[in-house]
Amino acid sequence: MIQVKNLCVDLGVFHLKDINLTVDEGEYFIVLGPTGAGKTVLLESIAGLYPVKSGQIWLRGKEVTRLEPEKRNISIVYQDHALFPHLSAAGNILFGLKLQRRPRQELDKVLDWLSDLLGIAHLLDRSPDTLSGGEKQKVALARALSTKPEVLLLDEPLSALDPETREGVQRELRQLHNQLKVTTIHVTHDFDEAIALGDHIAVLGEGSIKQVGTPEQVFHQPNSEFVARFAMARNIFAGEVLETENGSIVFRTEGTELAVATDLRGRLHASVRPEDILVSPEPLLSSARNSFCGTITHIADRGSTFYLTVNLPPDFICLVTRRSLDEMGLAEGQKVYITFKASAVHIF
Amino acid sequence: MIRKWSATNNMTITFILLGSVIFLFIIVPLLKMIVTSDPKILLETALDSQVISSIGLTLYAALIATAIGFLLGVPLAYLLARFDFPGKNLVEGLIDVPIVVPHIAAGIALLFVFGRSFLVGKAFHLIGIDFFDSVAGIIVAMLFVSIPFLINSAKEGFRKVDVRLEKVSRTLGASPWQAFFKVSLPLAWRSIVAGSVMMWARGISEFAAVIILAYHPMVASTIVYERFETYGLDYARPVAVLLILVCLISFIVLRLLVYRGQKT
Repeated sequence: MIQVKNLCVDLGVFHLKDINLTVDEGEYFIVLGPTGAGKTVLLESIAGLYPVKSGQIWLRGKEVTRLEPEKRNISIVYQDHALFPHLSAAGNILFGLKLQRRPRQELDKVLDWLSDLLGIAHLLDRSPDTLSGGEKQKVALARALSTKPEVLLLDEPLSALDPETREGVQRELRQLHNQLKVTTIHVTHDFDEAIALGDHIAVLGEGSIKQVGTPEQVFHQPNSEFVARFAMARNIFAGEVLETENGSIVFRTEGTELAVATDLRGRLHASVRPEDILVSPEPLLSSARNSFCGTITHIADRGSTFYLTVNLPPDFICLVTRRSLDEMGLAEGQKVYITFKASAVHIF
Repeated sequence: MIRKWSATNNMTITFILLGSVIFLFIIVPLLKMIVTSDPKILLETALDSQVISSIGLTLYAALIATAIGFLLGVPLAYLLARFDFPGKNLVEGLIDVPIVVPHIAAGIALLFVFGRSFLVGKAFHLIGIDFFDSVAGIIVAMLFVSIPFLINSAKEGFRKVDVRLEKVSRTLGASPWQAFFKVSLPLAWRSIVAGSVMMWARGISEFAAVIILAYHPMVASTIVYERFETYGLDYARPVAVLLILVCLISFIVLRLLVYRGQKT
């Protein structure tokens, strides 16, 4: 669908060099990288908005490297939404179709379709500066989808939103993609976002692609420090949230059921911070709902702290201080109990 | 941030006093000249056909100069706001030169280009346009001294338009022309109009550069000057008052139009 071959872009202070990406039809593709890695420029190059120094961009078997942006049929949603301040929400959404001088009936049809899809019918007459962050986001998405693009580019679409809105919009992005199957490239610096949304993830760092793979591959076999740092710092599991017969909510992954506190249901991800897990040689009597017995398979020395890998399965990474490790006499191969609260499990 | 009046501390009171002095300095001479005028003489002057036609000519010539300035200045303003190129600072500095040079010198400099014995002047002479003692000359003089106001204001206007708005419009199918006319121009419009009003006003008030190129036909300032020189203050004053009134009314109306609906 989209192929980026040996793309080089001059950014003044540094370069994007030898970027190679292949994104399949209908895929949700994530480009993950730290702030300032050139993610936005990569998107703008794909859209034709930023001059390419060398390399090629192919779209559906045609080379488009030098094609004008208006002829590519690729839409972009910027982090701060970039809504036209002189037009109403509806004026923003219909901007592209009005340029094409489409008949009134068609404009109305598209407007109805998009306002139903995104639940923004009540916002259409409003001016962008009266909309909340989440509302702007939806209008910007509607505007990007109005021209039925072959590719949708999302530039950090969730980072300008407050945490509560972010979770909702993230879920909506997933649903929207399941419904429309528009090939999407989404750039972000947020690891959880990448895991939750991506069919494939490309890790961008220091101007080049460090790794490409499924979320599981990237997470379990990180080959860059950037990813490894995240992978060490989090316990992230893919699984399912469901309600058990006795009415409690659990997250089931690899045969283990974690007690969780969430309103979400279905195929999701869970994360637990290593520092939220208590490690003890004997079962603890406490109010924490999650307590499991496992085997220490690895101990990683991080100076004053240690990362223990405890296999239930799955593997849990737990953080303990040197003093605790010494006092409890923990060693590889030993059986321990790990304990954490249901509220320490983040579902996304 | 703008605060409501709460003039309680020393600094605010001092600043109000100092500010009042300069404000009165601006307003008192104009007001005094208007209120001490004999309405009968003012009316007579307003019906003087020479005065009427010269004020009309002044407004008209400044308007044409502004229109030319708009057509040629807005594209330059856009380029300066959007692109970096070697020597850009120099170009921006040179654009301000007409504001800082003495306008009498500017008029002489213009004569050396638009005079009939010089290249540009000759070329225009071939198509029947002469700049010496003609309306065309007045327009050229006004254009030269007032164009920086339009260019600078339009440039600031374009600079405030987020480049990404243009980029988004391109991805939605807009050509570079459409992106300019549907996004950049409407968003910078207020600054461009404000700059045009300033340019027009500066054109109307120009005297020195105008008389070098065209003493005749006489613009309003030239009539004031001539009557002052020939007959003295009493004859010059009513024309001056009338000119001030026409300008004041025009600018108040234009300002209201430009700033209407801005405070939302």
